[in-house]
Amino acid sequence: MSLLTPDLGLLFWMLFAFGVVFFVLAKFGFPVIIKMVEERKAFIDMSLESAKEANARLTCIVEESEKILKEAHEKELQILKEADEMRLKVIAEAKQQAGVEAGKLISEARIAIQKEKETALRDVRNEIAMLSLGIAEKVLRRNLSDQSVQRELVEQLINEARIN
Amino acid sequence: MKPIQINKILCICLLIFAVTDAKTQEYNAGHHEEAGGKLNVTEMILDHVGDAYDWHITTINGHHISIPLPVILCGQDGKWHLFSSSRLEHGHAEYRGFSIAQEGKYKGKIVEKDAITGEEIRTWDFSLTKNACSLLLSSIILIFLIMSCALWYKKRKAEDVSPKGFVGMIEMLIMSIVNDVIKPCIGKNYHRYSPYLLTVFFFIFFNNLMGIIPFFPGGANVTGNIAVTSVLAIFTFIVVNTFGTKEYWKEVFWPEVPMWLKVPIPIMPAIELVGVFTKPFALMIRLFANILAGHSIVLGLTSVIFITVSLGTAMNVGMSVLSVVMTIFIDFVELLVAFIQAYVFTMLSAVFIGLSQAESHHEKIKN
Repeated sequence: MSLLTPDLGLLFWMLFAFGVVFFVLAKFGFPVIIKMVEERKAFIDMSLESAKEANARLTCIVEESEKILKEAHEKELQILKEADEMRLKVIAEAKQQAGVEAGKLISEARIAIQKEKETALRDVRNEIAMLSLGIAEKVLRRNLSDQSVQRELVEQLINEARIN
Repeated sequence: MKPIQINKILCICLLIFAVTDAKTQEYNAGHHEEAGGKLNVTEMILDHVGDAYDWHITTINGHHISIPLPVILCGQDGKWHLFSSSRLEHGHAEYRGFSIAQEGKYKGKIVEKDAITGEEIRTWDFSLTKNACSLLLSSIILIFLIMSCALWYKKRKAEDVSPKGFVGMIEMLIMSIVNDVIKPCIGKNYHRYSPYLLTVFFFIFFNNLMGIIPFFPGGANVTGNIAVTSVLAIFTFIVVNTFGTKEYWKEVFWPEVPMWLKVPIPIMPAIELVGVFTKPFALMIRLFANILAGHSIVLGLTSVIFITVSLGTAMNVGMSVLSVVMTIFIDFVELLVAFIQAYVFTMLSAVFIGLSQAESHHEKIKN
């Protein structure tokens, strides 16, 4: 059998065998496998994508929560600061108010004292006037001959008045 | 190294020794002995790599054990004949006027003796020869293997886990061929051609592997037969030229070369046209020659043992050891070649298809 001349019978059988194999595998074999592998690839890609997305979302959430926490902390600090300021302000105001009030009271007291003083002075003056009048009356009533006796009398009268 | 690995290697070695032994037995006591008990190596090799009407398994004590195969013939009278090849008794008998030619132009083939002139006439011979049988057998096994994988996929959804074991291996092979060979060679329309190219790859690869197995279901020199490779090449030729684009044909008959190369003597078109035919021809010859050479080398190395018998015991033992070592080595190389040749055939087919999908240069620039 020559090696280089194709045998007709074998050509026929090869055509038949390869034809059948080709028909069956190209129609029912390989496309099924390739399609499935490609579908799986698409599925894996999709899963990866969604995993990535979920991861991104998760980091986003974490960041956001951290941000919220920070903000809350800041707010807390601010509120505390504000409260402190308010307290100081209130105290200062109260102090001021108290000062004013106290001043007012003092001045009022001062005025009252002044008034009292004036009244007292007036009373004293009146009393002195009265006393002077009395003394003058008494002096006039007595015989005011002697100078020394007069002085003595005046002193006596003053002493009396002082005692009174 | 782990003990399991060592065991595996030992097993493989033993298998190969056994195989070599089987081969030697086959050819030692066979009908290739010339007068004086000497082995006719050339005839033995040619007989092995060629085709046969029966599937020779082994010979024990000069008694051939072989599987008779059906002979299908259309005689001179136009009648079809179907009978077992055992009736021809390896060419020692004549049946219904048919016999196996022992010499001459049709040596080894069934011929019909012309009743009047006594001339040997080659008839329409569609016998299921050793190669044809091996071809059908491996085709059935291949269809079964690939379809069992396809069935695995049909039963599952894309969301399920990827396959393991055999199905995983086939998937790996398929996807590596698709992604590394078909996609880059053809380009955007590769989906259309991948089933064909995958069929070619697995058909060649599987038949190559079957050819390496030296005993019954394998051993036939299928992909080292020019009829087989020519059919594969013709298929590629048809695919390339049937789906060729306008640009492809333009590049064949009116390539963009200086005018004097086209008119008045169409030098370039002639070269291109020859190229259309030489491409599949090269495919055919490459596969055929590689596999044929592989089989021949293994057989040649094995027969060294029997040739050196006459050189004395010491020489024979030494050469036998060398022969076995070399045979093992070449068998491993053949394993590699089985894959490479299938890969190369597929890749070149893909390249040729890719060339036939040529787009015009203007479009390319646009893209």
